[in-house]
Amino acid sequence: MRTSIFSAFLLGATATPVLAQGHSAHGNQQTSAETGKDDLQDEESRAGEDTAEAASAPAVRSDQADHHAMDHGSMAHGAMEPGTVEDTASGDGAMDHSAMNHAAVDHTAMGHSVSERESALIPILPPPPEAGFGPPVAADAIWGAEAMHDSRGALARENGRMMTAGLFVDRLEYRSREGEDGYLWDASGWYGGDLDRIWLKSEGEGRASGDLEHAFVTVLYGRAVSPWFDARVGLRRDLTGPTRTYIDAGIQGLAPYLFELEADLYLSTNGDLTARAEVELDQSITQRLILQPRAEIALAVQDVPELGIGAGIDTVETGLRLRYEIARELAPYVGVAQEWKLGGSADFARAAGEEASATNVVVGIRFWF
Amino acid sequence: MSTLPLSRRHLLGAGTFGIGALAMPAWARGGAINDSAIRAGFDEVSGTSIDLTVGEGMRTVQGRRGRGIAVNGSVPGPLLRLKEGTSVRLNVRNTLDHDSSVHWHGLLVPFYLDGVPGVSFPGISPGETFTAEFPVRQAGTYWWHSHSALQEQAGHYGPIVVDPAGPDPVEADRDYVLLLSEFTPLDPHTIMKKLKKGEGYFNYQQTSWTDDYPLDAGQRLMWGRMRMMATDILDVTGSTYTYLANGHGPEEGLEFAFSPGERVRLRVINGSAMSFFNVRIPGAVMHVVAADGQNVRPVPVEEFQIGTAETYDIVVEPVGEAMTIVAEAMDRSGMAVATLARRPGARAAIPPLREPPLLTVADMGMNHGSGAGDMEGMDHAAMGHDMPAMTTAPEPMGGMDMGGMSMRDTSLLPPTVKVGPGIDMVAMNPVDRMGDPGIGLDRVGHRVLTYNDLVSLVRNDDPRTPSRMLEIHLTGNMERYMWSFDGKKYSAVSDDPIRFAYDERVRVKLVNDTMMAHPIHLHGHFFELVNGAPEGFQPQKHTVIVQPGGFVQFDLTADEPGDWAFHCHLLYHMHSGMFQVVSVAEPGGVG
Repeated sequence: MRTSIFSAFLLGATATPVLAQGHSAHGNQQTSAETGKDDLQDEESRAGEDTAEAASAPAVRSDQADHHAMDHGSMAHGAMEPGTVEDTASGDGAMDHSAMNHAAVDHTAMGHSVSERESALIPILPPPPEAGFGPPVAADAIWGAEAMHDSRGALARENGRMMTAGLFVDRLEYRSREGEDGYLWDASGWYGGDLDRIWLKSEGEGRASGDLEHAFVTVLYGRAVSPWFDARVGLRRDLTGPTRTYIDAGIQGLAPYLFELEADLYLSTNGDLTARAEVELDQSITQRLILQPRAEIALAVQDVPELGIGAGIDTVETGLRLRYEIARELAPYVGVAQEWKLGGSADFARAAGEEASATNVVVGIRFWF
Repeated sequence: MSTLPLSRRHLLGAGTFGIGALAMPAWARGGAINDSAIRAGFDEVSGTSIDLTVGEGMRTVQGRRGRGIAVNGSVPGPLLRLKEGTSVRLNVRNTLDHDSSVHWHGLLVPFYLDGVPGVSFPGISPGETFTAEFPVRQAGTYWWHSHSALQEQAGHYGPIVVDPAGPDPVEADRDYVLLLSEFTPLDPHTIMKKLKKGEGYFNYQQTSWTDDYPLDAGQRLMWGRMRMMATDILDVTGSTYTYLANGHGPEEGLEFAFSPGERVRLRVINGSAMSFFNVRIPGAVMHVVAADGQNVRPVPVEEFQIGTAETYDIVVEPVGEAMTIVAEAMDRSGMAVATLARRPGARAAIPPLREPPLLTVADMGMNHGSGAGDMEGMDHAAMGHDMPAMTTAPEPMGGMDMGGMSMRDTSLLPPTVKVGPGIDMVAMNPVDRMGDPGIGLDRVGHRVLTYNDLVSLVRNDDPRTPSRMLEIHLTGNMERYMWSFDGKKYSAVSDDPIRFAYDERVRVKLVNDTMMAHPIHLHGHFFELVNGAPEGFQPQKHTVIVQPGGFVQFDLTADEPGDWAFHCHLLYHMHSGMFQVVSVAEPGGVG
């Protein structure tokens, strides 16, 4: 007669209710596994007390297996007698426990304490001398060190030493404003590993007529200094105005609350010290529609008249861009950007017949690959 | 007695019957299957000498196309049906234009046949045939896959079933393999690069202004302050994956036949590259009878979570016309579907995807208090407080003052862990989470399997108490997509393996200092989960999920000499550095 789900010699073990297994871990039924017959009787008597509906285990047909299933079913469905959870019944009352969606929650606590108790006796030690020393070479004895050489190198390269290259065009936009419209780009690229990277950066602005207003390109070496920040140092070269080169030292990364930060200090070959910082924050409206406020500030220690820079706060720019990610890598956007020249810089601008502030309505595209 | 005595022989996936010697198909006659179509679903191969041919071709799944790697022309590749106590010769021919390999996942084999290039052997060069001949020492459900580069993602995997030498303690009228995996039209290296460059690239279930997540403003701010995402459940999701059952997409209607009253054994294998699945058969109780190929005392459950590379055998008795087997990705961005059908074409309702889960305070390793506190925490979790998807979390997050807490207190780490930018989190108070059903399954309202439910069916052969404890921390940085053991990527420790003396019995404690669950796999061995099972009956596994912010412990008898891979089985985590070599010394020798 093939009526049970598992062959007969297993039934004893099968019938051991999970709860009893948990108890036995505490030493109450140390031999439950071997004395399946006793467990079975225990099981049957317990099943008699239970009120769980047999329907909770439709897959099991035999009488004996039914008992086994009923017991489990009762645990799953909350008909458990308070007494059956004596080990875990605490001030909260056993009924709360039985209302849990699975009896395993009780087990967690039991298993936990058991393993912790046992583990306390097991010392944390280094491997014994018999464990050997030196690099892994077992395969060399079979295949030869030479045969293994290449694949061993490839394995290390593939599992952690991956190099990546990326090009990120954060802003490439047309700027509509009073007076003459303009355009702007803001792009960076990198090549390197997880911690060390070579960066290339470029930003620039121009007039719709085609004249470049400001533009520079930067080459940087970046090194991870925290889980979220890279320190970078390198050279910046201006592409407009008087030829000028700077030493650029800065940081770039992700601040708490997910602000993207970038800050640089520039020391020019003429000894001028200036600084720039920008911060951006992505706000997901939907999974693809993202609002990005950003702010940028430029500072100067001294006047740099030939560049139109006044000491103190040079310029401030704020912007709000709404982009739609067709793909993560490709997102057209619209937005508005407000820029102000302040203090000495404003004076320089006015002297040159320019406005000290401007409001831009922008439309552009952000992409990376 | 309504048995179908031969049904086990007719083990089939996808309605493809086992073939011993069918007419020789193109792939077997030699030559690559370049640009020919790769079939979905698998044949069965058995015998003492088995030929496997690795080739390339185009795959199409539900209308989406991409290049793939197939073995013997199909994805998954053929089911290897072996017999315990026999010897088998496996001839693997590589027709790719780059190296390949096959790892026999879960099979106890000599280390040099384990199939990991750079650890076990040099790899299989283009055009070369590699032969692995070994005795089959065990019965159960296993699988095989490439261990070269990212080939596994492209389709280079298949199931293994080993029939026991004696009678099978599990009685079933039908015996099916359900191999879960995923398809993407993207090149696997493209996925890797996207993960490196865009945190959350594949996640289209992120928190936003318009989401329905039950998080208040304070909780959202807290996640932002930590620079982490409560929705970081899986790295690669249904936004690119089509989840597969035996190679078939959910609309392609994979069917397993049954007759009323029959007991059906399903050998569920998670052969995916990056996916955890929640498996259920609405309306049925599933009896879990084996885990990772090893028999366990049957556990009746209504759902279980299967980590990448794990296997569970279940027995169900289907009723009605049809029952749906649902394997929902852990982040609920998609599902693999199959049907238990009483007659061809019969279908049951397919339940909709459930709401995506959220990570919790427990996943940050922030359980408070002592042992008693943990238990108290569980009571809270079960008593319907206002936190969604709470696992072992002790307090609703909103009520917590986290101002003074550091998510990255590196002073809590042992000196074996290298602290650096590769670690973005340290679990403040990691607890044993083997009683946890897995992310998102704590409040589903029905019985879900946990590791603490598993009890070995037979007594384990090594009763010794471990002589030492080895603690290994799983570490990572989500933002940079760096993953490692003890803060060191494999590329930093390739000459410094984890060492064991031969026959040494060691308790290994894996502490997860990240916010993702990691399925950790040790090659060449089974280890016993320290899960409170009766003495001598701790369940044996080859892969163990370590829940975020928690720990697991296992007892290992290092009795298989040689060098073995030890890694996270999430393919891109391994590829990012979460890999190590375990070196077991030769008997009596100094390695």
